[in-house]
Amino acid sequence: MDMENQTRVLELVEKHGKENVVVILGGAEAEASGLAAETVTTGDPTFAGPLTGVQLELPVYHIFELKDIIPEDVWEEQISMMEMVLDVDAIIKEVATYRERIGG
Amino acid sequence: MVDLKGKYVAIIGDRDGIPGPAIEECLKDTGAIIGFSTTECFV
Repeated sequence: MDMENQTRVLELVEKHGKENVVVILGGAEAEASGLAAETVTTGDPTFAGPLTGVQLELPVYHIFELKDIIPEDVWEEQISMMEMVLDVDAIIKEVATYRERIGG
Repeated sequence: MVDLKGKYVAIIGDRDGIPGPAIEECLKDTGAIIGFSTTECFV
């Protein structure tokens, strides 16, 4: 996750409290999505950004995991195309790994 | 089922995956509050 977005996540948590913040990812690959999930749970694994060593333990989901709560027509219009071409199972599995580590 | 009602969401979209605005559109009826929305580019 780039530095600017790490800062924005941190600011959001400082402003509203981590119990009120949820991170939603739209990553195209399992690895990149996993890195982003790791960054907002246990801290920046690249040791480069403001979340280095900061365990926010935020609930984090990939948008593919939220299909059940999104209206079908909106899903069709916004997501279904990428759902067909990306490795949905691998992405979900990777993001869920980090969520489970924090007991979510 | 995930309940986003009243939660501040940080949307980290991906230019090659699902961009931020598409995720925002999806969350409109969930009661989530958009904290910020962005689209990263990994290239």
